Amino acid sequence: MYDDIVRSDSSLRRFLHGLPGVDQVGCEARAAGLGTRSIKTTAKAYAIDLAIRMVDLTTLEGADTHGKVKALASKAKRPDPADPSCPATAAVCVYPDMVATAKQTLGDSGVHVAAVATAFPSGRAAMDIKLADTRDAVEAGADEIDMVIDRGAFLSGRYLDVYDEIVQVKEACGDAHLKVIFETGELQTYDNVRRASWLAMMAGGHFIKTSTGKVQPAATLPVTLIMLEAVRDFRDQTGQMVGVKPAGGIKTTKDAIKYLVMVNEIAGPDWLDPDWFRFGASTLLNDLLMQRTKMTTGRYSGPDYFTLD
Amino acid sequence: MSRIDVRKTYKLYIGGQFPRSESGRSYVVNDAKGRLLANAAQASRKDARDAVVAARSAFGGWSTKTAYNRAQIVYRIAEVLEGRREQFEAELKAAEGISQAKARSYVDAAIDRLVWYAGWADKITQVVGNANPVAGPYFNLSTPEPSGVIAVVAPRGALLGLVSVVAPLIITGNTVVVIASEENPLTAITLGEVMATSDLPGGVVNVLTGSVAEIAPWLASHMDVNGIDLTGVEDAALATELEVAGADNLKRVRRPAPDTDWLVEPALDRMTRFLETKTVWHPIGV
Repeated sequence: MYDDIVRSDSSLRRFLHGLPGVDQVGCEARAAGLGTRSIKTTAKAYAIDLAIRMVDLTTLEGADTHGKVKALASKAKRPDPADPSCPATAAVCVYPDMVATAKQTLGDSGVHVAAVATAFPSGRAAMDIKLADTRDAVEAGADEIDMVIDRGAFLSGRYLDVYDEIVQVKEACGDAHLKVIFETGELQTYDNVRRASWLAMMAGGHFIKTSTGKVQPAATLPVTLIMLEAVRDFRDQTGQMVGVKPAGGIKTTKDAIKYLVMVNEIAGPDWLDPDWFRFGASTLLNDLLMQRTKMTTGRYSGPDYFTLD
Repeated sequence: MSRIDVRKTYKLYIGGQFPRSESGRSYVVNDAKGRLLANAAQASRKDARDAVVAARSAFGGWSTKTAYNRAQIVYRIAEVLEGRREQFEAELKAAEGISQAKARSYVDAAIDRLVWYAGWADKITQVVGNANPVAGPYFNLSTPEPSGVIAVVAPRGALLGLVSVVAPLIITGNTVVVIASEENPLTAITLGEVMATSDLPGGVVNVLTGSVAEIAPWLASHMDVNGIDLTGVEDAALATELEVAGADNLKRVRRPAPDTDWLVEPALDRMTRFLETKTVWHPIGV
């Protein structure tokens, strides 16, 4: 239904620049306001378990080893070995060469393997290399591909190039789900975040994701709010649902719950599901587990009782 | 027109900052004659949790400083305290209803206590560490190491008791969360101001004011607290409860001693109770 819009660079630009501008002050105030909700007792317990189920447990370091990925995958399957009632995370997120290792450890546990591809994190490589990177990860067994957009092209207004790139990567993904990373810390304005969201959704991304985690600022509440508005409006127009994944900088249970409140209030309860909302995080999981232990045992726990990762 | 009084707001001392209680509560502190002195912040379990997080993050840096450096910093606390002695004497007189001479003797003793413990920083290892004789070609060396984060219930009294329980813990490299005397919490916060301006890294000492019965059980059961000093606990039933709660993660516990005479020169046990002995075997080169 967007064929007319993506017919040419100028029609696409006209559409993206015709999107309503973001009221920066209003957006930040709304995000801050939603962050003050008090979530306690049973609601908090529900939120913590939901947040654990939404975590894409991530390790994207140059120093990653097969051993570390195996340990991470085991943790994703059973985050709290002392408590069988603790749910598994949604996925583990690794570099393409670690996909096979992660897949082997996860087996048929239902925990997905997500791989970052397309010359992550900069996205600076030739198109065929990006596609090969993607196919490589999918062949190794990745269930989800996290691609980065070409921010250089986006910022210089070559929107159609970005669109085509997403379409081609999606083709290369086959059955794997595609998450499109904007790196909002490099997009400069909230208006650009809204434009990038629509661009990625029109190109067929299954998820839109804030950041790589390699650039500061990473995920913030206002940016996520804009993306949640975009997926809500997109569903109103097309009937298609797109997921949202804030990644980077979400470290505490308190932060995670703020995001969940925002999902519920902005996009709606349909998005309160690991299929439609994810957290890209590593340290967040331990804090969620500590809070969970606090709620089940009635005493504060400490980092000594959870794995380092 | 007369000048309006500028009154001090007594807050908590956590992680080098002076925050209000997360709960927004405060309680009335009276002087020895029952007249209003000030309102003190009434800490909640979440303030205690934040204090433990601050103490834990300060532990790495503090425990790896050289003993010599820790001594300098504790000595510096004594220096700054000396410079503000009039303020402390006035606060002691108001809080405890004692004479000027007695207040001065308590401040003197508190300063001297800090200097005394500062001197122990680079000596305690020689006294309680050892080269153990073993039947084999090894050096066998035992050295004391700090336990970690220690929760302390400070004894009655505005200054000397508090200094006497905190100084021996930090000088050996532990970090501390201390619940100040419930009746006399104000001087503890003023002491926090002294520490904050004495090169003591934020989080090494954290001061909570409020109800011991409310806060102490959360610290006793906290899995990230390595030891608990119950010196100031006066209620025997509460002390037992705290000791039981502390058993879950094998905390080191120091039993209550509310009637200690703090003017007497202390023994070494306040330092040694919260030290772990590490023993290493090292082959002798042949």
